[in-house]
Amino acid sequence: MHPVRRQRLMIVAFIVVGASAAAALIFRALSENMNFFYPPAQIAAGEAPEGRTIRIGGLVVPGSLKRAESGLDLEFRVTDNKADLQVDFRGILPDLFAEGKGVVAVGELLPNGRFKADQVLAKHDENYMPPEVHEALKKGADPGVALGGGARNDR
Amino acid sequence: MTVVWSFLHKLGSPRWFYRISSQWLPWLSFLAVGLLAWGCTWGLAYAPPDAVQGNSFRIIYIHVPAAFVSLAGYYAMAGAGVVSLVWRIKLADVALRAGAGVGAAMTFCALVTGSIWGKPTWGTWWVWDARITSMLVLLFLYLGVMALYEAFESRETAARACAVLSLVGTVNIPIIYKSVDWWYSLHQPATIRLTGAPTMHPDMFHPLVVTILGFYLLYLVLLLLRMRAEVLEREQKSRWVEDLALGRGLAAEPGG
Repeated sequence: MHPVRRQRLMIVAFIVVGASAAAALIFRALSENMNFFYPPAQIAAGEAPEGRTIRIGGLVVPGSLKRAESGLDLEFRVTDNKADLQVDFRGILPDLFAEGKGVVAVGELLPNGRFKADQVLAKHDENYMPPEVHEALKKGADPGVALGGGARNDR
Repeated sequence: MTVVWSFLHKLGSPRWFYRISSQWLPWLSFLAVGLLAWGCTWGLAYAPPDAVQGNSFRIIYIHVPAAFVSLAGYYAMAGAGVVSLVWRIKLADVALRAGAGVGAAMTFCALVTGSIWGKPTWGTWWVWDARITSMLVLLFLYLGVMALYEAFESRETAARACAVLSLVGTVNIPIIYKSVDWWYSLHQPATIRLTGAPTMHPDMFHPLVVTILGFYLLYLVLLLLRMRAEVLEREQKSRWVEDLALGRGLAAEPGG
């Protein structure tokens, strides 16, 4: 290769490596702040600020959803299999909200350890299957496990 | 190897590129339209609905291919940037500029379909999670390359600057790809993975493969069309473009 071109190629390599290194350092410094939500374990460990708008996320504990006799008040528990968090919400849940499925809530942590949500978002998983397969799997095993994925609640 | 080198050398000639792309375009367009029509009909009408999301999951047949192509297209654009910087081939400058426009359109398509998908599934049009934000950065990178190109008087200087910007931006591509694994995000992890089977039923996955292929070909067709338009504009003073404009046809290159 012509020496001039080789030198230019070195400059190209330098740009890419340099930019990658810079990005890696920035993201290393930001790593925690890049997360979209806090899992219940971090809240239990006191890492989330109280009285400020934050997002929490995890799986809805099966059987934990309780609705008020009248009105739109409801509560449910969110878990990451390490810790639980009680969430209070007034409003309409998204269609895909389901017990045992992923959820992200926006709101603030109260001093009594409960989370008051202003907005609840459903987090769906990466598995797609026809209803018949879903039914068949539900009789057998957990569909997420059967398709080799699962709702990645282990992070 | 000599065949490859002579091919690359010829590709550097705008006239040769114009002639050979005229031959390829009808076939590529036919294949792209065919695959997209086939994949979309299959995916939208015949694939089974999703057990959880129902019919709304079908937007995947546009969303995922558009996102794939917007990421791959960025590498293609940056690759053209390397060729432009190192070998100073004019056609690479043309490809760089054309790739930015097509890539921006694909990224925009992925963001819009994602937003439309987000409303019925997540319950919101937009969130600032790592995947969606890094995808927005990709759109701004594409738009930035387009704007930067216009900011220079000289085409050569513009191409150098755009090539550097597109190279720096390649950092973002693995970040977009891995964002759902590195951080907690609202966006779910990848369904189609490099290692292991897709976490999708084959009846739903096969049409997706067809639309992904269709989108890659569509990208190629749009890229070639834009490049041809730019080649004509750049070479407007040359004899072969004059011949073409006057309807004298495009004769084979002397000696090529």
